[in-house]
Amino acid sequence: MSETLILTKRWGKPNSAKLETYRADGGYAALDKALGLEPGAIVDEVKKSNLRGRGGAGFATGLKWTFLPKDVRPRYLTINADESEPGTFKDRYIIEHDPHQLIEGIAITCYALDIHLAYVYIRGEFPKQARILDEAIQEARAAGLLGKRLGGKKDFDLDIHVHRGAGAYICGEESALLESLEGKKGYPRLKPPFPAIVGLWGKPTIINNVETIANIPWILSNGGEAFAALGTGKTGGTRLFGVSGHVNRPGVYEKPAAYNLKKLILEDCGGIPGGRKVKAVIPGGSSSPVLRGDEIDISLEVDAVKAAGSMSGSGGIIVFDDSTCMVRALARIAKFYAEESCGQCTPCREGTSWMEAIVEKIEHGHGTLADVEKLEQIAGCIGGNTICALGDAASMPVQSFVKKFKDEFIRHVEERRCPYGDHGWGLDQSSRPAVVGAVKY
Amino acid sequence: MTNPAPVGAVQELPRDKVERFDRELTAIVQRYPPDRKAAAMLPALRLGQEIFGYCSSAVQKLAADRLGTSPSRAEEVATFYVMFHTHPLGRHLVEICTNVSCCLNGGERIFEALKKKLGVKNGGTTPDGKFTLREVECLGSCGTAPAMLIDEVEMHERLDLKRVEQILEGLK
Ligand SMILES: Cc1cc2nc3c(=O)[nH]c(=O)nc-3n(C[C@H](O)[C@H](O)[C@H](O)COP(=O)(O)O)c2cc1C
Ligand code: SF4
Ligand code: FES
Repeated sequence: MSETLILTKRWGKPNSAKLETYRADGGYAALDKALGLEPGAIVDEVKKSNLRGRGGAGFATGLKWTFLPKDVRPRYLTINADESEPGTFKDRYIIEHDPHQLIEGIAITCYALDIHLAYVYIRGEFPKQARILDEAIQEARAAGLLGKRLGGKKDFDLDIHVHRGAGAYICGEESALLESLEGKKGYPRLKPPFPAIVGLWGKPTIINNVETIANIPWILSNGGEAFAALGTGKTGGTRLFGVSGHVNRPGVYEKPAAYNLKKLILEDCGGIPGGRKVKAVIPGGSSSPVLRGDEIDISLEVDAVKAAGSMSGSGGIIVFDDSTCMVRALARIAKFYAEESCGQCTPCREGTSWMEAIVEKIEHGHGTLADVEKLEQIAGCIGGNTICALGDAASMPVQSFVKKFKDEFIRHVEERRCPYGDHGWGLDQSSRPAVVGAVKY
Repeated sequence: MTNPAPVGAVQELPRDKVERFDRELTAIVQRYPPDRKAAAMLPALRLGQEIFGYCSSAVQKLAADRLGTSPSRAEEVATFYVMFHTHPLGRHLVEICTNVSCCLNGGERIFEALKKKLGVKNGGTTPDGKFTLREVECLGSCGTAPAMLIDEVEMHERLDLKRVEQILEGLK
């Protein structure tokens, strides 16, 4: 069976970001088709597709859309292009190589949901991507696809704008994103009410990830059932898996949603440099619980990864070979969450700093066995007691690293040093050629 | 814009630059509904930083004034995000990602070597004012790690120390 490519099909083709190229390949035909349908029929098609959010939580997209209250206007659409979860690097390539697919997805979504103003919130560290996207939007507007007459044929006005962030991981969390879009610091909001009810400027707002919405044109063209058939269970379609770390061919791989994790690493990514073994894999961005090398023969489908005790999250897969120090790795992850906690909730603000300090202490050989226990305790007290999910995101790696690699933590304590010395990040730390879709880097 | 004379330090900003700020801000504000001008705080501060060099309290006040909001709101934003700089930096901001995927491919070694070479700590500026060096979180280039961002616009990927040194040497 030849593999169906939805998202990476045009990546690397000459001028793939241009409207002309996109149109020559059938682009904007899905919008045309959508404009001939009842908006409700589009939502039904998306429900049938089993499309689930690609931003991290894996929430059913069609279902989320039905949460919008019937009679409140205006409504807004916000596309999450914050892409800051460590290990995640896929949305940027959609924007770099095929921005019109995203724009067409936005246009169809807005038509389906009676939305006339959409923002793409893109992280500040992506100036090039922001410019490419902005140029593509201007191109679509100049061609009469956006603006007063959607798709150049329907009396439906739509404006899309790019809003750049300024460096804050927390702004990927949807309610912090809205605060930031309103021109404030990124403090997550208490939920409920959820953004679909009370969102941007107090109005109902749908927030979806870039990859999620880039799938919409294909679903319209090929039907929800065809999309569902590419995946399994409750997850339809293909997914972009970003593989990084100790593999021979890192990069972004578009695979059916239920692709096998071990196969992806050992076959598609060419295995581990130097013939070393996989010690650990983080399967869905730094927030997702770590898997041991002997636990990776699993499907990457959202519910399957959950059943294996982790999360498929953002599809960011980080591979550690058997020469890596897991305490060192956790110390860096803990530091990240301590830096990025917005500080609103005491358990998260204090807990993330304590965890950072304790793992750091253990890594440097000054820890005790009681410290290892204390780590687990602190992590257990954060999750569920905070305003947003960053609290959980910070505690899950700590809990899983300690549980699965306890022997390494104990060795650090007993030997009073890091057994890996200067090689904590692995024996071979060189950069390796990457493949992104069909593009070589 | 028909605002009263801005307060305090704003008057110390060079007038031609303020005019440029106002001109460019007018276009930016169009992206938001007319009654939601304050939403443009992030782009306004970014613009101010670009034109005036850094996000001084005068720049914060200017942005707040033009967007019809309070200076404390501007300050809150200017101090929350790592890409706003409330103090002057060196001529070039060199940011090395030291998050996990980059370190697995040598990011930490590059950062440590640069600190030594430039004789600065994390966040420090070289005595000649040429470079400010800073460690940053994941830049979304994990597959092409390690990654470095120069002046918050130029992303460099698949680096090693030699390549980093070449890039820095090429900067004026
Ligand atoms: C701390 C934190 C950071 C997040 N960062 C991102 C991000 O960078 N990009 C993203 O799409 N979703 C991110 N999310 C998830 C969003 O809150 C939200 O669930 C998602 O954008 C919804 O879109 P989807 O349903 O299409 O996935 C983050 C969540 C949390 C708690
Ligand atoms: S959980 Fe952490 S990041 Fe989220 S709102 Fe509370 S303090 Fe902020
Ligand atoms: S970890 Fe460095 S770019 Fe992602």
